[in-house]
Amino acid sequence: MLNYDIVVIGGGPAGMAAALKAKECGVDSILILERAETLGGILEQCIHTGFGLHYFGEELSGPEYADRFISLVDEQKIEYKTDTMALEITENNVVYAVNKTDGLLEIQSKAVILAMGCRERPRGALNIAGSRASGVMSAGTAQKYVNIDGYMPGKKVVILGSGDIGLIMARRMTLEGAEVKVVCELMPYSSGLTRNIVQCLDDFNIPLRLSCTVIGIHGKDRVEGVTIANVDENRRPIPGTEEYIECDTLLLSVGLIPENELTRAVGIELDPVTSGAVVDENRETSHNGVFACGNVLHVHDLVDYVTLESQTAGEGAARYVLGGNNEPEYITTKGVNGVRYIVPQKVNIKNDGDVKLYFRVGQVYKNAKTVVKYNGEEIISKKRPRLAPGEMESVIIKNDMLKGFAEGGIIEISVEE
Amino acid sequence: MQKNIICVACPMGCGVTVELDDNGTIVSVTGNTCKRGDAYARTEITNPVRSLATTVKVEGGVFNVVPCKSSGALPKDKVFDCMEVINSVCAKAPVKLGDVLVSDILGTGIDIVATNHCPIK
Repeated sequence: MLNYDIVVIGGGPAGMAAALKAKECGVDSILILERAETLGGILEQCIHTGFGLHYFGEELSGPEYADRFISLVDEQKIEYKTDTMALEITENNVVYAVNKTDGLLEIQSKAVILAMGCRERPRGALNIAGSRASGVMSAGTAQKYVNIDGYMPGKKVVILGSGDIGLIMARRMTLEGAEVKVVCELMPYSSGLTRNIVQCLDDFNIPLRLSCTVIGIHGKDRVEGVTIANVDENRRPIPGTEEYIECDTLLLSVGLIPENELTRAVGIELDPVTSGAVVDENRETSHNGVFACGNVLHVHDLVDYVTLESQTAGEGAARYVLGGNNEPEYITTKGVNGVRYIVPQKVNIKNDGDVKLYFRVGQVYKNAKTVVKYNGEEIISKKRPRLAPGEMESVIIKNDMLKGFAEGGIIEISVEE
Repeated sequence: MQKNIICVACPMGCGVTVELDDNGTIVSVTGNTCKRGDAYARTEITNPVRSLATTVKVEGGVFNVVPCKSSGALPKDKVFDCMEVINSVCAKAPVKLGDVLVSDILGTGIDIVATNHCPIK
């Protein structure tokens, strides 16, 4: 059996930032397990720019952002194993993993940091009628084919879903010579950034159809076309609005699911809204010594925030390993009236620092305010010119405020118009 | 003449209307809610620019392609011409992050630089 102080599962931006921070806090025995051939995670295929504006004050591409952390991991001599799949975490924080050179690995760890990221919602989750013709794939799969493998997966493309990945792929396919016929969005608004709608769709005259979905896929061996239709306010297709569109490829960009199989198997409490673990302000889960950060905890829109959150988790894990944690007294957080969720879901009021609460709203608001209440009493209120589901918001609870709270209290954040 | 654009200077996404006279000179900018919106709209109408990120073929590398980006913003109407130039280039492994793959593309003064490493196979 191998022994480490901290095992980090996932070598993407979250895992690397957490490992580096734990090292900085004085833990030397760290191992990162990465499923892919290289460190870097999904950033490796996100070749567009726009990463790092908050964290580095520069506009980097995904691989460049990842490379800065990969270099640091090497510099700090943090151990990692690539091509390695974590299989199980036990009750006592033993991690089982497997790869071709070592075979089965049994690793006893004092703390575990979960940084497995997300995967895309697949076709099977959508119940679209049609055969299993080739040419239907997630936007991220197409992104890997084009940007890493150097293959074009199709020539005439329909994209379902107008999140940022869908929009970015509409531009990418167009630049490489494909014809993107339409981007369909089930909701009455796009969850993508305005910048991406302008620069990925409008620039190339690609139509964006809101309140519209794909209801049928045609073709036997290869996709030959899709049927799209408008939907009503209950997201049901409206009879009579069906339209056939000839295409050879359908890209799906219909949401991300945190990859929490390991988390669930060891019995860690999950938040039904985020599909990630319930954590405290150090990003420690309900399982002693197991921390979570990045997209496996909740889906982030900016990698910069993943880095910051993962540093928090890395610091928390280091403190856990080095000792000095007192018996916590928790208050809980809850999103109400327009706020879908808050991370962290609980806060230790004995914490020595300020605590930043991250939250996400369920619809677009203009000129609204966000109100923070403690046990029903307003403590912070802030005007927000614009709130949108695609943009994570945050509020800081100052430490002196925290000191005034009592165990079992509830912090609620709401939107008021 | 009127041109309507959406400002992308920040996430607000204001709709901005730019009024032009017959010579194509900007007469007025309205609908923006801040100074950055005014500046964005003027550049977008007179000299729209875009940064470009794509891939370049690699010979003898562990990957078939290496990602790259323009070192600065390119004139918007030259983006497809630039793609043609970039797609005609083949880099030789090893490629290092930051290597210039096409210098001064189409006389714009902008280089196309690698944004990742591609070691020899």
